[in-house]
Formats: sequence, structure tokens, C-alpha cells
Amino acid sequence: MNPLLRRGALDRFVLVALTLLALTWMAPLLWVVALSFKPNEFLLRHTDVFLSPPYTLANYADILQTSAVFRWLGNSAAVALMQTVGVLVLSSLAGYGFARCEFPGRKWLFALVMFGLAVPAQSVFIPLHRLFSEWNLQNTLAGLALPGLAAPFGVYLMTQYFKAIPAELEEAAILDNASRFKTFLRVILPLTLPAQATLGIFTFLGSWNDYLWPLVIATQPDMYTLTRGLASTQTNFAQSEGLGFLMAQAVFAGVPALMLYLFFQRHLVTAVAGTGKS
Amino acid sequence: MSASTVGLRTSRPAYALFVLPFVVLYMLMLLWPLAKGVWISFHDHDLLSDDSFWVGLANYRELWDDEVFRQVVWNTIRFVGISTPIFVILSLMLALALNRPGRLATFLRATFFCASVFSVTLITLVWKLALMPERGLVAQAFGALGLPELPLLTSDSLALTTIALVTVWWIIGLPMILFLSALQQIPVDIYEAAALDNTPRWRVFTHITLPSLKRAIVLVALIEVIRQFQVFPQIMLMTNGGPNNTTRSIVQFTYEQAFMQLSLGYATAASQILLAIMLVGVSAQLWLERDRQGGAR
Repeated sequence: MNPLLRRGALDRFVLVALTLLALTWMAPLLWVVALSFKPNEFLLRHTDVFLSPPYTLANYADILQTSAVFRWLGNSAAVALMQTVGVLVLSSLAGYGFARCEFPGRKWLFALVMFGLAVPAQSVFIPLHRLFSEWNLQNTLAGLALPGLAAPFGVYLMTQYFKAIPAELEEAAILDNASRFKTFLRVILPLTLPAQATLGIFTFLGSWNDYLWPLVIATQPDMYTLTRGLASTQTNFAQSEGLGFLMAQAVFAGVPALMLYLFFQRHLVTAVAGTGKS
Repeated sequence: MSASTVGLRTSRPAYALFVLPFVVLYMLMLLWPLAKGVWISFHDHDLLSDDSFWVGLANYRELWDDEVFRQVVWNTIRFVGISTPIFVILSLMLALALNRPGRLATFLRATFFCASVFSVTLITLVWKLALMPERGLVAQAFGALGLPELPLLTSDSLALTTIALVTVWWIIGLPMILFLSALQQIPVDIYEAAALDNTPRWRVFTHITLPSLKRAIVLVALIEVIRQFQVFPQIMLMTNGGPNNTTRSIVQFTYEQAFMQLSLGYATAASQILLAIMLVGVSAQLWLERDRQGGAR
């Protein structure tokens, strides 16, 4: 009995310690959220008062009126959606082709694509930027979204997933003389919804949070994404529109990602765990 | 059965149409720029006048002798060296403590994970505010504890460590979840047997849990080395490479050489060095993961 009792006490201690750590962990975020409701002039003197007046919504009103964040929000949403849809379609097709079809050069081509897993975007962005300027894609939504479609991770993930689906299902359809594409679309694709969700969330968040590519390809402020735009307001930190305004901007920018996270929380966690098992 | 397997395995060139759309984009926007980058790195390419001539390995030799580049490589290695062990140890501890059912544990897991979904610019904005001298949250906390204020982002010796800690704070969620899933794959009956034998908890940990996690630990360490080697935006936004070049990273160096100094050849040569390091790291990771999957089946 004794060791069990000791275990209970230890467990409780660990949980209390972790809760305290979690509060400390969240402190900067909570601090920013709380202070975003304070007037700018007040913040020049106090940044240690959270839960007492004065309160104001002026900082959020300023965002609505003065800043370009809504434009950036729109750009981010458009780019992230284009990339997500594009990656899902391309990866599903290619994953099925690599996992389930035979054609001349398949193995060789698959090896070539898998090689791309080792090539980080950071090592090709300079020549890619040259190409995109030659194609006049600077400061366009297409220019922002296209490079994401060439990332081989989705193909890798979908190929693994298609391989795990039993072949019998497909054989029956093929015996019925259905075309290969119809079989893919009607029989196999619906079975991959969990993998589609995983890949979709990852692609969306990755696109939403990307910094380097928007930094080099979007040079006009009205083509910034939210992530890129938020960086531009940080450079002249001291003489900016005031702390409260910056904080409200941070909160505003965080809300979409946080909502997406809360909505897909369970799914995201299993996805990160990399359990490719269905 | 044999007829149907023949149906599935028939080789037809037309089936290549499934992979064609992706492969075309992949070649156009990944392989082609990759080759172009290698090609440019053998040239002296000035963006301003846009003329370029073959210089062979001169860019690489110049990099070798460049004090700033050496410093930048050293900074990046230091950043990886500081952040990776903290990532591994802290996320392992969190995973061990939070590998339990219950609402509180679920809430705590979400708390430590949630910063990962925010963009890097949001993270740097929050931390630049929190690290402001005097008015920042950290300065106030230090003051409340009676500690002297530290120049966390402005001193040569502390700035890189501060950015590494902010990075850990930002994306500890991924390694934590990798460890949690590894913990859940350890068969329960081993623990039950140990409980029957009245094995002390510490011995259960060192003799069962830790050995079962060996592969996960290596994998997490490798993933973090690969991820952190590419560190850039948080450095650019928090210290812009300073003070005295002590935080400037390889990626930032290539970005600045290409888009501020406009010397494309030099920048792409530095990119190739990053790529070579990444190729080694990712190959090791893929090899490890293939091993894991092979073992599971």
C-alpha cells in the first residue's frame, strides 16, 4: 500500500508544479492580451496593471481604421487556401500514381521526388526568386502560392497512406471494368479523408506562418501576407503607433491560427504524432 | 486472384499522368532552381548591373576566408547546440509528466503545444514586448524578484541564448507530442510485470521507459538539429543579427548577401553549404524512420 500512496502524492506534486509552469509559460501571451485593452498613453507609464481600469477598445478600433491588416488577412487566406487545395489535389494524384500504378520509370521518378525531402526551401529561395521575377510573378498571389505546390512532403505522406489501403477493394472495381481514374476517384480517394485532413491542416498552417518566401517575393505592402506584414510593423519598434496598438495587432493576428487550432485540436495532435496508421 | 493482381500491376505509360502534374511543378520550382543555384554559385553575379561571369570555386574559397561567414556558421552551430538539448530534455520531461488521462493533463498538453500554431512574427512581437527594458514583462518579473535587469537581447553573451529559449518556448509542442506517441507505444504489460515485482519507480524508468525511448530521443534530436540549423526569421526580427554579429545565422547571411549586398553568386555558394549539411541530416533522419517503420511491421 505504501508505494501506491507515495506515488499519489508525487503525482499530485508533479501536476501542481506543471500547472504553475504552464501559467508562467502562458504569461507573455496573457500579458499582451490584457494590455491590448489599455490606452496607449497609460502604457507609457504602466505595464504592470492588468485587471483594473482603464480599459479601452481604441487599439482594436485603430486596427479597423488605419492599418492594412485586413488586406494582409485576405492575402494570407487566399494564399493558404490555394496552397492547401493545390497540395491536396497534386499529392493525392501523385501519391496514388506512385503507390498503386505501374508505369515506365516509376521507381526512378519516385526516388527523384523523395530526394526533394532533403532540400530545404531556405537553400533554393534565391534562384527561385530569380525565376519568379523573370516570369513576372513578383507581388502576385500566384507568386506567393506556387512554390508551396512543389514541396514533396505531401506526396511522401499520401504514397505511404495509399500503400496501406488493401488492394482487394480496387481489384474488384477493376474487374468491373471501371477506369483507373474512376476507381481512384470513387473507391480509393474517399478512404483517405483522415490523411487529407492531416495534410490539409499542415499545409494551411505552414502557408499561413511562412515568412521567408513572402519576404522576398512580396515587396509592395498591399501584397504582404499577415505574417510578413506583422514583421514590417516591428522594425521601427520604438517610434511605432504605441504599445497598445502593437499588442492589439498581435492578438488580431493570432486569432485565426488559434481558432483553427481549437477547431482541429484533436486531429492536429494525432497528425503531429505521425501515426500513419488508420 | 491471379487475374486481378495482373489487372492492378499492368504497366501503362498513361498511368504516369497521375504523377505528371506534381512532377512538372516539382522539377520547375524545386529541381530547376536547385541546379540553377549550383550554377550561379560558380559565377560572380552582380544583381545591380546584372552581369555574370564564371569564377569557378572562387566564391567558396572566399567564404572559407570570410570572417563574417565563419562567425555566422559558428553562431548557427551554437544556436543548434544550445536549443537542441533543451528541446530534447524539456519535451521529454513534459511528455513523461503529461502522459496520463484526465482533463487537467489534456489542458496542460494544449497549453504547451498551442504556441506552435502561431507565426514567427507573432512570437517575436510578443517576446520583443515582453523583453522590453524596464516596461517589459520579464524586466518587471526580475524586478519583483529583486534581481538585476539583464540585457537579454543586447549583450554579446546572452542574445543568442535568449533567442534559443524563445524558440524552445515557441515550438516545444512538436517534440513533446512525438515523445507522447512514443510513450504510448510501449506495451502496457511490461509495466504491469514490473508493478507485480514491486520494482521501484526510478528503476522502471531507467530500465523500461528510457530504453524504449532511445530511438525517439535520437529522432527528436535529429529533427531539431535539422530545424534549428535553418533558423532565421526570429533572429532577423529580434536582434537583426547583432549585437556584433553574435546572432547572425547562415540563412540570414544568404538572405542579406542576395537581397541587400546583391551578390548572388556569393549568396548561393553559402546556400550550397547549408544544403550539403541538410542533406546529411535529412538522410540520417529518413534512414532512422525507415528503420522504425520496418521494425513495427
